[in-house]
Parts: sequence; C-alpha cells; structure tokens
Amino acid sequence: MARPVGGVNESVPMRLKAENVSLERGGRVLFAPLSLTVSSGEALTILGPNGAGKSSLLRALAGFLPLAAGRFVLDGGDPEQSLAEQAHYLGHADALKGALTAHENLAFWAGVLGAAPDRRASASALARLGLAHVMDFPVRAQSAGQKRRVALARLGVARRPIWLLDEPTTALDVSAQALFAGVMEEHLAGGGLILAATHAPLGLAAARVAQLAPTASLAA
Amino acid sequence: MRPALALFLREWRIASRIGGGASVGAMFFLILVTIMPFALGPDLKLLGRLGPAILWIAALLATLLGLDRLFQGDADDGSLDSLVNAALPLEAVVLIKCTAHWASNALPLVAISPLFGLMLAMEGPALGLVVLTLLAGTPALTMIGAVGAALTVSLRRGGLLMAVIALPLTIPVLIFGVSAASAASGGGAPFQTPFLMLCALSLLAVAGAPFAAAAAIRHVRE
Repeated sequence: MARPVGGVNESVPMRLKAENVSLERGGRVLFAPLSLTVSSGEALTILGPNGAGKSSLLRALAGFLPLAAGRFVLDGGDPEQSLAEQAHYLGHADALKGALTAHENLAFWAGVLGAAPDRRASASALARLGLAHVMDFPVRAQSAGQKRRVALARLGVARRPIWLLDEPTTALDVSAQALFAGVMEEHLAGGGLILAATHAPLGLAAARVAQLAPTASLAA
Repeated sequence: MRPALALFLREWRIASRIGGGASVGAMFFLILVTIMPFALGPDLKLLGRLGPAILWIAALLATLLGLDRLFQGDADDGSLDSLVNAALPLEAVVLIKCTAHWASNALPLVAISPLFGLMLAMEGPALGLVVLTLLAGTPALTMIGAVGAALTVSLRRGGLLMAVIALPLTIPVLIFGVSAASAASGGGAPFQTPFLMLCALSLLAVAGAPFAAAAAIRHVRE
C-alpha cells in the first residue's frame, strides 16, 4: 500500500507555481493575490513582517490550510502524488518527542514518510549537522539548538524534492547555520526546491526573494 | 506496513517511558475500588452484587482519564501536522494510536481486575468471565473516547469536556458490560447475550470511530 518515496528526479525539472493564491485566517485576507514560481535547483526566501502570512503560505502549500482563491500547480514530479506528499514541511515547532532519543525520532519520521528507518541514515543525517554524538540521547535532555538540528535532520532521512521551511535556523548558532546552508546547497544541487520563510539570512549563494505585504482589508 | 509499524512503535515507546498512562489509570482504578467498600459498608452480599458494576465504572473512568492525552501531545509539539500528511491515511493513524493506547493503558487494567474483583468479594470463576467482559468492552471505550479526544484537541484543558462528550456514547457499553459481568457472578441472567452485544459494540466502534476522529481532527485544525 505504501507508495515508493518520490526521490529527486534529476532528469525531470520540477516547477512549483502559485497562481493568484489568496489565504484567509479568521475572516481576514492575509495578502493580495500572490503568484510565484520556483524551479528545480532554486530557493525562494519569503520575507515579510510578522503576521504577513508567511507561515500560513507554507502551511497552505503543505496542504494544512485551504486556499481562499487561486491554486498551486506542480509541473514535473510524480503525477500520482499530491504536492504535499512530495514535500517536507518543517514548521516552527520541532515535532520531536522528548521521551525518545534523536535516532528514535528520526526513525519514526523515516517510517512515517515512507523511507526505511535505518540507524546509518539517522547517523549520517545527524552528522551532517554536527550532531552525531546525540544520536542516543533523549531529546528532552538536549538544548534548543540541538533540538532544532534534530528536527532539521528529518530532511535528510527521507528524500523529498520540495522543502517547505518555516524559520529553519531559529536557535541555531553561526556554525550550525553554516552547516545547514551546506545541506540546503546540496539539496538544490540535486535538483530540489526550497521555499523558506525566514527573518534571518539563510546563507544561500543565490536565493530569490518574495516579499509578502499584509493587507488591511477584511474578507467580504 | 512500515509507516504503521513506525507509528505503533513510537506510541508504545512513549507510553512505556513516560509512564503516566498505565500507572495513572491503574492507580485511579485502585482508588475507586478500595474506596467503594468503605462507602458501601461491610455487607458482603451487597458488595458481591455491586462488584461487577464497580469494576466496570472504574474501568470506564480510568480509560477516559488517560485518553485526553491521545492527540494533545502531538498537537502541542507540531507532530500532528505531519501525521495528517503522512504516508498513512489519518484514519489509520487514529486506529494505530488507539491500539497502542489500549495496549499500554487498558490492558494493564484488565490484567489487574481479578485482584480487585477479589477485594469486592467476587468468586473465582466469575472473575475470569468479568475479565473477559472488560477485555471485550475496553476497545469500545477507547475508540469512543478517542472521538471525544479528537474533538477537543485544540482546547487547552479539554479533558473534562472530552469525557462529557464521550460518556453518553459509552453508556450502552457500560450497560452490556455490567449485565454480562453480573450474569457471570451468578445473577441468573444469561451471559452470552450481553457479552456478544459487547463484542458487537467494540467491533462497531473500531470500525466507525477512526473515521469520526479523523474528520474531527481535520475540521478542528482549520
């Protein structure tokens, strides 16, 4: 029943398009109809003031929020899977269980996202972010920065072409940010796409920027 | 299969490590059952007659007590998002979480219920049949409670509201459970009829509750 995970298919370039997308939260229209395009190997940084709707846009892409207007279109990729099934969504919260070790958390995510829960895969994903030593420590005994990096390591245990990242580098120190920038560059080089909402610069060599401007109007 | 196993393993590990589930439920069960004889007085016959009812009420309340954490933990730390979009349909996620919850919370209750039955002046063979009724009925309680938990997942302290929502739906289970357990203790009524009804209720709950709970989660999250 489980479909194979759509890996990054380098021969078919993907393009993710938002066409006149509009979102509502609590009766309020968040931003004017937005159109954007991201292609394989590209990163898009979403900027805007607090409350502009950056997180909501990412959540809508991940399929958690319905759109008030417009649509998302994915060219390329796996035609049998929805957009959400081909994306990693990393929110504000780390989505880690404190009672479990880093490896157990990653093994769970690998299993649930359709990859093989494997000690070596967890170890290499953690090592890529400088955290190989916390593999068997319970997450609640780790610092905020370490927890965030374990959450980021989830991106490495299951391969999905689209990354939707909401403030990925919160709580990370400078060296950790550099490590994660390396992880992102690798993903882009392999043909992946990244959409990231962030207040801080991500350290990517070439990232386009989309600016969200909040509207003051209410939905009719 | 793999996502289902990964989820079950995680739920089981959390339940066995945090330990708030099985032991809290069992303690609650113990408290109720030990207080009852004090409140009802030393009339052994009365106690023997009420024993099955007391066990069932205690099992019902202890099960509902632990269920509000079913989805709350995931909602709090953001895991619920990714479970909704996992390689498993949300209904299967609900079913697996409930199975893990039942195995870690309700099964220990069922296992120690013979001991409590003895405290309530119940006889030997009756105890075995009462355990059987609890075994057949606690899945229904867990699944119905899960629907309540799904409806109150976004509330901070939704535990009581969840119990209020779930309680009316658990009354049939309670009625048939006590009826079967009383029949087992020599109440004169047949055992098989209420017991089979109990099994039917459990099967119905297992079949229907995941859909209700999944719909509730999707709706509440928007």
